[in-house]
Amino acid sequence: MSDSAADPVVSISSLTVLYGKQRALNDVTALFPPGAVGLLGPNGAGKSTLLKTLLGFIKPAAGAMKVLGLDVATSPAEIRARLGYMPEIDAHIPGMNAVSFVAYCGQLAGLPPVDAMQRSHEVLYYVGLGEARYRNVETYSTGMKQRIKLAQALVHDPDLLFLDEPTNGMDPKGREEMLELIRDLAHNKGMNLILSSHLLPDVEFTCDHVIVLHHAIVATQGPIDELKGPRGSVFEFRIKGDRAAFSRLLAEAGLSVHAGEEDVMRVFVPDDRGAHALFSLAARHGVQVRHLRPSLPSLEDVFAQAVGEE
Amino acid sequence: MPIHDQSYRRYGGDRAPEGRAWTVITAAGIRTMLAKRKFLGLLLVAWLPFIVRAVQMYIAANFPQAAMLAPTPETFRQFLEQQGIFTFFITIFTGAGLIASDLRANALQIYLSKPLGRFEYIAGKFGVLAFFLLLVTWVPATMLLVIQIVFAGNLAFLKANLFLLPAILVATGIETVVLCMVMLALSSLSKSARFVGIMYAGMMFFTHALYGVVFVVTRNTTFSWMSLQGNLQHLGDLVFRVESRYDTPAWATVLALAVIVGASAYVLERRVRGVEVVT
Repeated sequence: MSDSAADPVVSISSLTVLYGKQRALNDVTALFPPGAVGLLGPNGAGKSTLLKTLLGFIKPAAGAMKVLGLDVATSPAEIRARLGYMPEIDAHIPGMNAVSFVAYCGQLAGLPPVDAMQRSHEVLYYVGLGEARYRNVETYSTGMKQRIKLAQALVHDPDLLFLDEPTNGMDPKGREEMLELIRDLAHNKGMNLILSSHLLPDVEFTCDHVIVLHHAIVATQGPIDELKGPRGSVFEFRIKGDRAAFSRLLAEAGLSVHAGEEDVMRVFVPDDRGAHALFSLAARHGVQVRHLRPSLPSLEDVFAQAVGEE
Repeated sequence: MPIHDQSYRRYGGDRAPEGRAWTVITAAGIRTMLAKRKFLGLLLVAWLPFIVRAVQMYIAANFPQAAMLAPTPETFRQFLEQQGIFTFFITIFTGAGLIASDLRANALQIYLSKPLGRFEYIAGKFGVLAFFLLLVTWVPATMLLVIQIVFAGNLAFLKANLFLLPAILVATGIETVVLCMVMLALSSLSKSARFVGIMYAGMMFFTHALYGVVFVVTRNTTFSWMSLQGNLQHLGDLVFRVESRYDTPAWATVLALAVIVGASAYVLERRVRGVEVVT
Protein backbone atom coordinates (compact mmCIF):
# COMPACT_ATOMS: atom_id res chain seq x y z
CA MET A 1 0.00 0.00 0.00
CA SER A 2 1.06 3.58 -0.34
CA ASP A 3 2.51 5.27 2.69
CA SER A 4 -0.70 6.89 3.70
CA ALA A 5 -4.24 6.32 2.59
CA ALA A 6 -4.47 9.81 1.14
CA ASP A 7 -1.27 9.62 -0.90
CA PRO A 8 -1.80 9.00 -4.59
CA VAL A 9 -0.68 5.55 -5.73
CA VAL A 10 0.44 7.04 -9.03
CA SER A 11 1.38 10.62 -9.74
CA ILE A 12 2.26 11.88 -13.17
CA SER A 13 3.63 15.29 -13.92
CA SER A 14 3.91 16.86 -17.40
CA LEU A 15 4.40 13.47 -19.04
CA THR A 16 5.07 13.46 -22.77
CA VAL A 17 5.59 10.27 -24.77
CA LEU A 18 6.55 10.34 -28.43
CA TYR A 19 6.26 7.59 -31.04
CA GLY A 20 8.49 9.13 -33.64
CA LYS A 21 6.89 12.50 -34.34
CA GLN A 22 3.50 11.36 -33.02
CA ARG A 23 2.62 12.51 -29.50
CA ALA A 24 1.10 9.51 -27.72
CA LEU A 25 0.85 11.47 -24.47
CA ASN A 26 1.06 15.24 -24.40
CA ASP A 27 2.00 16.98 -21.17
CA VAL A 28 -0.19 14.71 -19.06
CA THR A 29 -0.52 15.54 -15.38
CA ALA A 30 -2.69 13.30 -13.22
CA LEU A 31 -3.03 11.88 -9.73
CA PHE A 32 -4.36 8.37 -9.19
CA PRO A 33 -5.77 8.09 -5.67
CA PRO A 34 -5.89 4.79 -3.77
CA GLY A 35 -8.78 2.48 -4.67
CA ALA A 36 -10.14 1.73 -8.10
CA VAL A 37 -9.37 4.29 -10.77
CA GLY A 38 -10.69 4.09 -14.28
CA LEU A 39 -8.51 5.22 -17.13
CA LEU A 40 -11.09 6.00 -19.73
CA GLY A 41 -10.82 7.07 -23.31
CA PRO A 42 -11.48 6.08 -26.88
CA ASN A 43 -9.09 3.78 -28.72
CA GLY A 44 -5.82 5.53 -29.42
CA ALA A 45 -6.24 8.04 -26.59
CA GLY A 46 -3.01 6.90 -24.94
CA LYS A 47 -4.31 4.67 -22.13
CA SER A 48 -2.15 1.63 -22.84
CA THR A 49 0.83 3.87 -23.57
CA LEU A 50 0.41 5.45 -20.15
CA LEU A 51 0.37 2.07 -18.39
CA LYS A 52 3.39 0.84 -20.35
CA THR A 53 5.27 4.03 -19.54
CA LEU A 54 4.49 3.57 -15.86
CA LEU A 55 5.83 0.01 -16.12
CA GLY A 56 9.05 1.32 -17.62
CA PHE A 57 8.49 -0.30 -21.04
CA ILE A 58 8.52 3.08 -22.78
CA LYS A 59 10.92 5.90 -22.02
CA PRO A 60 9.09 9.23 -21.91
CA ALA A 61 10.37 12.28 -23.76
CA ALA A 62 9.61 14.48 -20.76
CA GLY A 63 7.92 14.43 -17.39
CA ALA A 64 8.11 12.66 -14.06
CA MET A 65 6.20 9.65 -12.71
CA LYS A 66 5.90 8.12 -9.28
CA VAL A 67 4.25 4.79 -8.53
CA LEU A 68 3.61 3.82 -4.91
CA GLY A 69 5.91 6.66 -3.91
CA LEU A 70 8.82 5.36 -6.02
CA ASP A 71 10.31 7.12 -9.02
CA VAL A 72 9.73 5.15 -12.22
CA ALA A 73 12.99 6.40 -13.71
CA THR A 74 15.17 5.19 -10.84
CA SER A 75 13.30 2.27 -9.24
CA PRO A 76 11.54 0.31 -11.99
CA ALA A 77 12.27 -3.13 -10.50
CA GLU A 78 11.12 -2.15 -7.00
CA ILE A 79 7.92 -0.80 -8.52
CA ARG A 80 7.28 -3.89 -10.63
CA ALA A 81 7.79 -6.10 -7.56
CA ARG A 82 4.71 -4.40 -6.08
CA LEU A 83 2.73 -4.23 -9.31
CA GLY A 84 0.53 -6.66 -11.16
CA TYR A 85 0.01 -6.09 -14.86
CA MET A 86 -2.68 -7.63 -16.99
CA PRO A 87 -1.79 -6.78 -20.60
CA GLU A 88 -4.39 -5.99 -23.21
CA ILE A 89 -3.11 -8.47 -25.76
CA ASP A 90 -3.22 -12.24 -25.44
CA ALA A 91 -0.03 -13.13 -23.53
CA HIS A 92 1.26 -16.26 -21.81
CA ILE A 93 4.42 -18.29 -21.34
CA PRO A 94 4.36 -21.00 -24.02
CA GLY A 95 4.34 -24.70 -23.24
CA MET A 96 2.96 -24.52 -19.71
CA ASN A 97 -0.28 -25.51 -18.06
CA ALA A 98 -2.13 -22.86 -16.11
CA VAL A 99 -0.93 -23.80 -12.65
CA SER A 100 2.72 -23.99 -13.74
CA PHE A 101 2.41 -20.71 -15.64
CA VAL A 102 0.96 -18.80 -12.71
CA ALA A 103 3.41 -20.38 -10.23
CA TYR A 104 6.27 -19.49 -12.60
CA CYS A 105 5.07 -15.88 -12.66
CA GLY A 106 4.99 -15.94 -8.85
CA GLN A 107 8.58 -17.15 -8.75
CA LEU A 108 9.63 -14.49 -11.23
CA ALA A 109 8.11 -11.96 -8.84
CA GLY A 110 10.22 -13.35 -5.99
CA LEU A 111 7.97 -15.89 -4.28
CA PRO A 112 9.62 -19.12 -3.07
CA PRO A 113 8.64 -22.13 -5.26
CA VAL A 114 6.36 -23.75 -2.67
CA ASP A 115 4.54 -20.51 -1.88
CA ALA A 116 4.26 -19.67 -5.58
CA MET A 117 2.62 -23.03 -6.30
CA GLN A 118 0.21 -22.66 -3.39
CA ARG A 119 -0.73 -19.12 -4.44
CA SER A 120 -1.11 -20.31 -8.01
CA HIS A 121 -3.80 -22.80 -7.02
CA GLU A 122 -5.53 -20.19 -4.87
CA VAL A 123 -5.67 -17.43 -7.44
CA LEU A 124 -6.71 -19.82 -10.21
CA TYR A 125 -9.68 -20.83 -8.07
CA TYR A 126 -10.34 -17.18 -7.32
CA VAL A 127 -10.50 -16.19 -10.98
CA GLY A 128 -12.66 -19.19 -11.83
CA LEU A 129 -10.12 -21.46 -13.50
CA GLY A 130 -9.82 -24.01 -10.72
CA GLU A 131 -11.20 -26.86 -12.79
CA ALA A 132 -9.08 -26.04 -15.83
CA ARG A 133 -5.81 -25.37 -14.06
CA TYR A 134 -3.97 -28.40 -15.43
CA ARG A 135 -4.81 -27.57 -19.03
CA ASN A 136 -2.23 -26.05 -21.33
CA VAL A 137 -2.86 -22.31 -21.54
CA GLU A 138 -2.64 -22.44 -25.33
CA THR A 139 -5.87 -24.49 -25.40
CA TYR A 140 -7.82 -21.87 -23.43
CA SER A 141 -10.68 -19.84 -24.87
CA THR A 142 -10.41 -16.04 -25.09
CA GLY A 143 -12.36 -15.57 -21.87
CA MET A 144 -10.18 -18.08 -20.02
CA LYS A 145 -7.06 -16.36 -21.31
CA GLN A 146 -8.33 -13.08 -19.86
CA ARG A 147 -8.82 -14.78 -16.50
CA ILE A 148 -5.38 -16.34 -16.47
CA LYS A 149 -3.85 -12.98 -17.29
CA LEU A 150 -5.57 -11.67 -14.17
CA ALA A 151 -4.31 -14.68 -12.17
CA GLN A 152 -0.67 -14.12 -13.16
CA ALA A 153 -1.03 -10.45 -12.21
CA LEU A 154 -2.40 -11.39 -8.79
CA VAL A 155 -0.21 -14.32 -7.81
CA HIS A 156 2.44 -12.28 -5.98
CA ASP A 157 -0.20 -10.21 -4.17
CA PRO A 158 0.63 -6.81 -5.64
CA ASP A 159 -0.20 -3.49 -3.99
CA LEU A 160 -1.37 -2.07 -7.30
CA LEU A 161 -2.93 -3.71 -10.34
CA PHE A 162 -2.82 -2.40 -13.90
CA LEU A 163 -5.68 -3.89 -15.87
CA ASP A 164 -5.59 -3.07 -19.56
CA GLU A 165 -8.97 -3.71 -21.23
CA PRO A 166 -9.68 -6.74 -19.00
CA THR A 167 -13.02 -7.61 -20.59
CA ASN A 168 -11.85 -7.63 -24.20
CA GLY A 169 -13.31 -10.52 -26.17
CA MET A 170 -15.39 -11.91 -23.29
CA ASP A 171 -18.97 -13.06 -23.61
CA PRO A 172 -21.58 -11.16 -21.54
CA LYS A 173 -21.56 -13.65 -18.67
CA GLY A 174 -17.78 -13.85 -18.57
CA ARG A 175 -17.56 -10.06 -18.72
CA GLU A 176 -19.94 -9.72 -15.82
CA GLU A 177 -17.92 -12.20 -13.75
CA MET A 178 -14.67 -10.45 -14.59
CA LEU A 179 -16.13 -7.09 -13.53
CA GLU A 180 -17.39 -8.67 -10.30
CA LEU A 181 -13.89 -9.95 -9.62
CA ILE A 182 -12.35 -6.54 -10.24
CA ARG A 183 -14.94 -4.86 -8.07
CA ASP A 184 -14.35 -7.42 -5.32
CA LEU A 185 -10.59 -6.86 -5.43
CA ALA A 186 -10.97 -3.11 -5.21
CA HIS A 187 -13.78 -2.85 -2.70
CA ASN A 188 -13.46 -5.94 -0.53
CA LYS A 189 -9.81 -6.95 -0.75
CA GLY A 190 -8.36 -3.46 -0.44
CA MET A 191 -6.35 -3.63 -3.64
CA ASN A 192 -5.50 -0.49 -5.56
CA LEU A 193 -6.12 -0.83 -9.25
CA ILE A 194 -6.10 1.14 -12.45
CA LEU A 195 -8.57 -0.10 -15.01
CA SER A 196 -7.89 1.03 -18.54
CA SER A 197 -10.95 0.72 -20.73
CA HIS A 198 -12.88 2.33 -23.52
CA LEU A 199 -16.07 0.83 -22.09
CA LEU A 200 -17.89 3.30 -19.89
CA PRO A 201 -20.08 0.74 -18.09
CA ASP A 202 -17.01 -1.27 -17.05
CA VAL A 203 -15.39 1.75 -15.45
CA GLU A 204 -18.63 2.97 -13.90
CA PHE A 205 -19.30 -0.46 -12.36
CA THR A 206 -15.86 -1.06 -10.89
CA CYS A 207 -14.24 2.31 -10.19
CA ASP A 208 -14.70 5.22 -7.81
CA HIS A 209 -12.48 7.64 -9.64
CA VAL A 210 -11.92 8.29 -13.32
CA ILE A 211 -9.30 9.91 -15.50
CA VAL A 212 -10.46 10.58 -19.04
CA LEU A 213 -7.81 10.63 -21.73
CA HIS A 214 -8.59 12.03 -25.14
CA HIS A 215 -6.20 12.86 -27.97
CA ALA A 216 -3.19 12.21 -25.69
CA ILE A 217 -4.27 14.70 -22.99
CA VAL A 218 -6.28 14.46 -19.78
CA ALA A 219 -9.78 15.66 -20.67
CA THR A 220 -11.11 15.43 -17.13
CA GLN A 221 -10.44 13.62 -13.88
CA GLY A 222 -12.02 13.21 -10.48
CA PRO A 223 -14.30 11.02 -8.38
CA ILE A 224 -17.07 9.60 -10.56
CA ASP A 225 -19.82 10.69 -8.16
CA GLU A 226 -18.52 14.24 -8.18
CA LEU A 227 -18.18 14.36 -11.94
CA LYS A 228 -21.73 13.12 -12.29
CA GLY A 229 -22.71 15.45 -9.46
CA PRO A 230 -25.48 18.00 -9.06
CA ARG A 231 -23.99 20.81 -11.10
CA GLY A 232 -26.74 20.49 -13.66
CA SER A 233 -29.32 18.09 -14.94
CA VAL A 234 -29.60 15.65 -17.79
CA PHE A 235 -32.68 15.11 -19.95
CA GLU A 236 -33.58 12.58 -22.56
CA PHE A 237 -35.10 14.64 -25.29
CA ARG A 238 -36.80 13.91 -28.61
CA ILE A 239 -38.22 16.38 -31.10
CA LYS A 240 -40.08 16.39 -34.39
CA GLY A 241 -38.05 17.99 -37.13
CA ASP A 242 -34.43 18.70 -37.91
CA ARG A 243 -32.45 17.23 -35.03
CA ALA A 244 -29.09 18.52 -36.21
CA ALA A 245 -30.32 22.09 -36.50
CA PHE A 246 -31.88 22.00 -33.04
CA SER A 247 -28.70 20.50 -31.60
CA ARG A 248 -26.86 23.52 -32.92
CA LEU A 249 -29.39 25.82 -31.26
CA LEU A 250 -28.96 23.95 -27.97
CA ALA A 251 -25.20 24.24 -28.22
CA GLU A 252 -25.48 27.98 -28.93
CA ALA A 253 -27.60 28.28 -25.79
CA GLY A 254 -24.78 26.70 -23.76
CA LEU A 255 -26.35 23.26 -23.41
CA SER A 256 -24.32 20.23 -24.37
CA VAL A 257 -25.94 17.51 -26.42
CA HIS A 258 -24.88 14.04 -27.31
CA ALA A 259 -26.65 11.25 -29.07
CA GLY A 260 -28.62 8.72 -27.09
CA GLU A 261 -30.35 5.61 -28.34
CA GLU A 262 -32.13 5.92 -31.71
CA ASP A 263 -33.36 9.52 -32.15
CA VAL A 264 -33.13 10.43 -28.47
CA MET A 265 -30.76 13.23 -27.50
CA ARG A 266 -29.22 13.46 -24.08
CA VAL A 267 -29.07 17.12 -23.16
CA PHE A 268 -27.01 18.39 -20.27
CA VAL A 269 -28.26 21.61 -18.70
CA PRO A 270 -25.31 22.90 -16.67
CA ASP A 271 -27.22 25.20 -14.28
CA ASP A 272 -30.55 25.13 -12.41
CA ARG A 273 -32.72 26.17 -15.36
CA GLY A 274 -33.87 22.57 -15.74
CA ALA A 275 -36.42 21.52 -18.36
CA HIS A 276 -37.63 25.09 -18.73
CA ALA A 277 -34.54 25.93 -20.76
CA LEU A 278 -35.41 23.23 -23.27
CA PHE A 279 -39.13 24.03 -23.53
CA SER A 280 -38.54 27.75 -23.99
CA LEU A 281 -35.89 27.18 -26.66
CA ALA A 282 -38.21 24.75 -28.50
CA ALA A 283 -41.14 27.19 -28.27
CA ARG A 284 -39.01 30.07 -29.52
CA HIS A 285 -38.00 28.16 -32.62
CA GLY A 286 -41.32 26.39 -33.23
CA VAL A 287 -39.95 22.94 -32.60
CA GLN A 288 -42.37 20.27 -31.37
CA VAL A 289 -41.17 18.35 -28.30
CA ARG A 290 -42.18 14.70 -28.55
CA HIS A 291 -40.48 13.34 -25.48
CA LEU A 292 -38.72 14.78 -22.44
CA ARG A 293 -37.65 12.79 -19.44
CA PRO A 294 -35.26 13.69 -16.62
CA SER A 295 -32.33 11.30 -16.49
CA LEU A 296 -29.58 10.58 -14.01
CA PRO A 297 -26.20 11.90 -15.10
CA SER A 298 -24.08 8.93 -16.14
CA LEU A 299 -20.39 8.53 -16.75
CA GLU A 300 -21.30 8.60 -20.41
CA ASP A 301 -22.42 12.22 -19.97
CA VAL A 302 -19.19 13.07 -18.19
CA PHE A 303 -17.22 11.39 -20.93
CA ALA A 304 -19.19 13.03 -23.69
CA GLN A 305 -18.72 16.45 -22.12
CA ALA A 306 -15.04 15.86 -21.53
CA VAL A 307 -14.26 14.79 -25.07
CA GLY A 308 -16.69 17.21 -26.67
CA GLU A 309 -18.69 14.43 -28.31
CA GLU A 310 -21.94 15.27 -30.07
CA MET B 1 -22.17 -19.20 -5.67
CA PRO B 2 -19.93 -16.88 -7.68
CA ILE B 3 -16.45 -18.31 -7.90
CA HIS B 4 -14.87 -15.21 -6.38
CA ASP B 5 -16.58 -16.00 -3.09
CA GLN B 6 -13.87 -18.62 -2.66
CA SER B 7 -11.91 -15.49 -1.89
CA TYR B 8 -8.48 -14.10 -2.22
CA ARG B 9 -5.86 -14.02 0.48
CA ARG B 10 -3.09 -11.50 0.90
CA TYR B 11 0.45 -12.92 0.93
CA GLY B 12 2.69 -12.27 3.89
CA GLY B 13 5.52 -14.70 3.19
CA ASP B 14 9.11 -14.25 2.07
CA ARG B 15 10.20 -12.75 -1.22
CA ALA B 16 13.53 -13.39 -2.90
CA PRO B 17 15.78 -10.36 -3.30
CA GLU B 18 15.99 -8.81 -6.75
CA GLY B 19 18.49 -10.18 -9.23
CA ARG B 20 17.64 -13.87 -8.91
CA ALA B 21 14.81 -14.12 -11.42
CA TRP B 22 17.22 -15.26 -14.13
CA THR B 23 17.79 -18.49 -12.17
CA VAL B 24 14.03 -19.12 -12.27
CA ILE B 25 14.03 -18.69 -16.05
CA THR B 26 17.06 -20.95 -16.48
CA ALA B 27 15.70 -23.67 -14.18
CA ALA B 28 12.31 -23.65 -15.92
CA GLY B 29 13.96 -23.79 -19.34
CA ILE B 30 16.14 -26.74 -18.35
CA ARG B 31 13.15 -28.61 -16.92
CA THR B 32 11.15 -27.96 -20.08
CA MET B 33 13.92 -29.33 -22.30
CA LEU B 34 14.53 -32.38 -20.11
CA ALA B 35 10.84 -33.26 -20.39
CA LYS B 36 11.28 -33.80 -24.14
CA ARG B 37 12.15 -37.38 -25.01
CA LYS B 38 13.77 -36.56 -28.33
CA PHE B 39 16.04 -34.09 -26.63
CA LEU B 40 16.98 -36.59 -23.94
CA GLY B 41 17.86 -39.02 -26.74
CA LEU B 42 20.06 -36.38 -28.35
CA LEU B 43 21.84 -35.77 -25.03
CA LEU B 44 22.48 -39.50 -24.59
CA VAL B 45 23.89 -39.81 -28.11
CA ALA B 46 26.07 -36.76 -27.44
CA TRP B 47 27.73 -38.69 -24.59
CA LEU B 48 28.62 -41.72 -26.72
CA PRO B 49 31.98 -40.23 -27.84
CA PHE B 50 32.81 -39.79 -24.17
CA ILE B 51 32.23 -43.49 -23.56
CA VAL B 52 34.39 -44.41 -26.56
CA ARG B 53 37.20 -42.15 -25.32
CA ALA B 54 36.88 -43.54 -21.79
CA VAL B 55 37.25 -47.09 -23.13
CA GLN B 56 40.25 -45.93 -25.17
CA MET B 57 41.88 -44.58 -22.00
CA TYR B 58 41.10 -47.74 -20.07
CA ILE B 59 42.73 -49.88 -22.74
CA ALA B 60 45.75 -47.58 -23.01
CA ALA B 61 46.20 -47.63 -19.24
CA ASN B 62 45.80 -51.41 -18.82
CA PHE B 63 47.26 -52.96 -21.97
CA PRO B 64 50.84 -51.96 -22.79
CA GLN B 65 50.35 -53.28 -26.35
CA ALA B 66 47.83 -50.48 -26.90
CA ALA B 67 50.17 -47.68 -25.85
CA MET B 68 49.50 -45.87 -29.13
CA LEU B 69 46.00 -45.19 -27.76
CA ALA B 70 47.40 -43.24 -24.83
CA PRO B 71 45.84 -39.78 -24.61
CA THR B 72 47.70 -36.64 -25.59
CA PRO B 73 46.57 -33.01 -25.35
CA GLU B 74 45.42 -33.42 -28.94
CA THR B 75 43.04 -36.17 -27.83
CA PHE B 76 41.07 -33.60 -25.83
CA ARG B 77 41.13 -31.14 -28.71
CA GLN B 78 39.83 -33.84 -31.06
CA PHE B 79 37.16 -34.85 -28.58
CA LEU B 80 35.81 -31.31 -28.36
CA GLU B 81 35.95 -31.01 -32.15
CA GLN B 82 33.89 -34.20 -32.46
CA GLN B 83 31.35 -32.76 -30.06
CA GLY B 84 30.83 -29.95 -32.58
CA ILE B 85 28.07 -31.83 -34.38
CA PHE B 86 26.17 -32.25 -31.10
CA THR B 87 26.64 -28.64 -30.07
CA PHE B 88 25.20 -27.69 -33.47
CA PHE B 89 22.03 -29.73 -32.98
CA ILE B 90 21.67 -28.89 -29.28
CA THR B 91 22.02 -25.19 -30.08
CA ILE B 92 19.19 -25.44 -32.59
CA PHE B 93 17.00 -27.75 -30.53
CA THR B 94 17.36 -25.75 -27.32
CA GLY B 95 18.01 -22.25 -28.50
CA ALA B 96 15.80 -21.63 -31.51
CA GLY B 97 12.61 -21.22 -29.49
CA LEU B 98 14.08 -19.57 -26.41
CA ILE B 99 13.00 -16.05 -27.37
CA ALA B 100 11.06 -16.76 -30.59
CA SER B 101 8.39 -18.70 -28.70
CA ASP B 102 8.07 -15.89 -26.15
CA LEU B 103 7.63 -13.39 -28.97
CA ARG B 104 4.96 -15.60 -30.54
CA ALA B 105 3.04 -15.80 -27.25
CA ASN B 106 3.66 -12.11 -26.33
CA ALA B 107 5.37 -13.38 -23.21
CA LEU B 108 7.85 -10.53 -23.01
CA GLN B 109 5.18 -8.26 -21.56
CA ILE B 110 4.59 -10.84 -18.84
CA TYR B 111 8.29 -11.30 -18.08
CA LEU B 112 9.18 -7.62 -18.10
CA SER B 113 6.21 -6.62 -15.96
CA LYS B 114 7.83 -8.67 -13.17
CA PRO B 115 10.75 -7.31 -11.16
CA LEU B 116 13.38 -8.32 -13.69
CA GLY B 117 15.10 -6.34 -16.40
CA ARG B 118 15.91 -7.19 -19.98
CA PHE B 119 19.46 -8.21 -19.01
CA GLU B 120 18.14 -10.69 -16.47
CA TYR B 121 15.68 -12.11 -18.98
CA ILE B 122 18.45 -12.63 -21.53
CA ALA B 123 20.75 -14.06 -18.84
CA GLY B 124 18.04 -16.57 -17.92
CA LYS B 125 17.62 -17.69 -21.52
CA PHE B 126 21.39 -17.73 -21.98
CA GLY B 127 21.67 -20.00 -18.96
CA VAL B 128 19.40 -22.63 -20.50
CA LEU B 129 21.43 -23.00 -23.67
CA ALA B 130 24.78 -22.61 -21.91
CA PHE B 131 23.86 -25.39 -19.47
CA PHE B 132 23.24 -27.92 -22.22
CA LEU B 133 26.22 -26.84 -24.33
CA LEU B 134 28.57 -27.17 -21.37
CA LEU B 135 26.90 -30.48 -20.51
CA VAL B 136 28.14 -31.97 -23.79
CA THR B 137 31.50 -30.16 -23.98
CA TRP B 138 33.11 -28.97 -20.76
CA VAL B 139 31.60 -31.65 -18.48
CA PRO B 140 32.62 -34.74 -20.52
CA ALA B 141 36.04 -33.27 -21.44
CA THR B 142 36.82 -32.56 -17.80
CA MET B 143 35.51 -35.96 -16.81
CA LEU B 144 37.81 -37.55 -19.39
CA LEU B 145 40.72 -35.89 -17.67
CA VAL B 146 39.59 -37.29 -14.32
CA ILE B 147 39.06 -40.73 -15.85
CA GLN B 148 42.56 -40.67 -17.34
CA ILE B 149 43.95 -40.06 -13.83
CA VAL B 150 41.81 -42.81 -12.34
CA PHE B 151 42.72 -45.40 -14.99
CA ALA B 152 46.41 -44.46 -15.05
CA GLY B 153 46.55 -44.48 -11.25
CA ASN B 154 48.84 -41.44 -11.17
CA LEU B 155 48.93 -37.72 -11.90
CA ALA B 156 51.80 -37.86 -14.39
CA PHE B 157 49.71 -36.94 -17.44
CA LEU B 158 47.93 -34.09 -15.67
CA LYS B 159 51.21 -32.72 -14.26
CA ALA B 160 52.79 -32.81 -17.70
CA ASN B 161 49.77 -31.12 -19.27
CA LEU B 162 48.44 -28.93 -16.50
CA PHE B 163 47.30 -26.35 -19.06
CA LEU B 164 44.55 -28.76 -20.16
CA LEU B 165 42.27 -27.87 -17.26
CA PRO B 166 42.09 -24.15 -18.11
CA ALA B 167 42.28 -24.92 -21.84
CA ILE B 168 39.14 -27.06 -21.69
CA LEU B 169 37.38 -24.38 -19.67
CA VAL B 170 38.44 -21.51 -21.93
CA ALA B 171 37.75 -23.29 -25.24
CA THR B 172 34.31 -24.57 -24.21
CA GLY B 173 33.52 -21.31 -22.42
CA ILE B 174 34.24 -19.15 -25.46
CA GLU B 175 32.38 -21.52 -27.77
CA THR B 176 29.39 -21.48 -25.41
CA VAL B 177 29.29 -17.70 -25.10
CA VAL B 178 29.55 -17.18 -28.86
CA LEU B 179 26.98 -19.80 -29.82
CA CYS B 180 24.53 -18.70 -27.11
CA MET B 181 24.74 -15.06 -28.11
CA VAL B 182 24.36 -15.81 -31.82
CA MET B 183 21.42 -18.14 -31.26
CA LEU B 184 19.65 -15.79 -28.83
CA ALA B 185 20.05 -12.89 -31.26
CA LEU B 186 18.61 -14.96 -34.11
CA SER B 187 15.83 -16.21 -31.86
CA SER B 188 14.84 -12.63 -31.09
CA LEU B 189 14.43 -11.87 -34.79
CA SER B 190 11.50 -14.19 -35.50
CA LYS B 191 8.39 -15.64 -33.91
CA SER B 192 9.04 -19.01 -35.54
CA ALA B 193 11.52 -21.36 -33.86
CA ARG B 194 11.72 -23.39 -37.06
CA PHE B 195 12.74 -20.36 -39.08
CA VAL B 196 15.33 -19.45 -36.44
CA GLY B 197 16.81 -22.95 -36.71
CA ILE B 198 17.07 -22.57 -40.46
CA MET B 199 18.67 -19.12 -40.09
CA TYR B 200 21.25 -20.50 -37.66
CA ALA B 201 22.12 -23.48 -39.84
CA GLY B 202 22.25 -21.20 -42.87
CA MET B 203 24.56 -18.78 -41.13
CA MET B 204 26.94 -21.53 -39.99
CA PHE B 205 27.08 -23.18 -43.43
CA PHE B 206 27.02 -19.98 -45.47
CA THR B 207 29.89 -18.30 -43.64
CA HIS B 208 31.99 -21.48 -43.86
CA ALA B 209 31.11 -21.95 -47.52
CA LEU B 210 32.06 -18.35 -48.20
CA TYR B 211 35.43 -18.94 -46.59
CA GLY B 212 35.76 -22.14 -48.67
CA VAL B 213 35.20 -20.22 -51.90
CA VAL B 214 37.72 -17.54 -50.92
CA PHE B 215 40.20 -20.28 -50.01
CA VAL B 216 39.75 -22.02 -53.36
CA VAL B 217 40.40 -18.74 -55.15
CA THR B 218 43.30 -17.49 -53.02
CA ARG B 219 44.68 -20.75 -51.55
CA ASN B 220 45.10 -18.70 -48.39
CA THR B 221 43.71 -19.79 -45.01
CA THR B 222 44.01 -16.38 -43.36
CA PHE B 223 40.44 -15.62 -44.39
CA SER B 224 39.07 -18.09 -41.83
CA TRP B 225 37.84 -15.08 -39.83
CA MET B 226 34.94 -14.99 -42.32
CA SER B 227 33.61 -18.28 -40.95
CA LEU B 228 32.05 -18.57 -37.49
CA GLN B 229 32.98 -22.23 -37.41
CA GLY B 230 36.49 -21.42 -38.63
CA ASN B 231 37.00 -18.86 -35.88
CA LEU B 232 35.94 -21.31 -33.19
CA GLN B 233 38.17 -24.06 -34.65
CA HIS B 234 41.14 -21.72 -34.86
CA LEU B 235 40.69 -20.46 -31.32
CA GLY B 236 40.37 -24.06 -30.08
CA ASP B 237 43.64 -25.00 -31.80
CA LEU B 238 45.41 -22.04 -30.23
CA VAL B 239 44.07 -22.71 -26.75
CA PHE B 240 45.05 -26.40 -26.90
CA ARG B 241 48.49 -25.53 -28.29
CA VAL B 242 48.09 -27.80 -31.31
CA GLU B 243 49.13 -26.90 -34.83
CA SER B 244 46.40 -24.72 -36.28
CA ARG B 245 44.82 -25.46 -39.62
CA TYR B 246 44.53 -21.74 -40.36
CA ASP B 247 47.19 -19.06 -40.79
CA THR B 248 44.87 -16.36 -39.49
CA PRO B 249 46.44 -14.12 -36.82
CA ALA B 250 45.03 -14.81 -33.37
CA TRP B 251 43.96 -11.19 -32.97
CA ALA B 252 41.85 -11.39 -36.14
CA THR B 253 40.01 -14.44 -34.84
CA VAL B 254 39.45 -12.88 -31.42
CA LEU B 255 38.29 -9.65 -33.04
CA ALA B 256 35.90 -11.49 -35.36
CA LEU B 257 34.37 -13.38 -32.43
CA ALA B 258 34.13 -10.17 -30.37
CA VAL B 259 32.33 -8.45 -33.26
CA ILE B 260 29.89 -11.38 -33.55
CA VAL B 261 29.14 -11.28 -29.82
CA GLY B 262 28.84 -7.49 -29.90
CA ALA B 263 26.47 -7.56 -32.87
CA SER B 264 24.37 -10.22 -31.15
CA ALA B 265 24.18 -8.12 -27.99
CA TYR B 266 23.09 -5.12 -30.08
CA VAL B 267 20.33 -7.16 -31.76
CA LEU B 268 19.13 -8.41 -28.37
CA GLU B 269 19.12 -4.89 -26.97
CA ARG B 270 16.94 -3.75 -29.85
CA ARG B 271 14.59 -6.71 -29.94
CA VAL B 272 13.99 -7.69 -26.31
CA ARG B 273 11.55 -5.02 -25.19
CA GLY B 274 8.30 -4.95 -23.33
CA VAL B 275 6.61 -3.11 -26.15
CA GLU B 276 7.09 -3.10 -29.88
CA VAL B 277 6.90 0.46 -31.14
CA VAL B 278 6.46 0.97 -34.85
CA THR B 279 7.24 4.54 -35.84
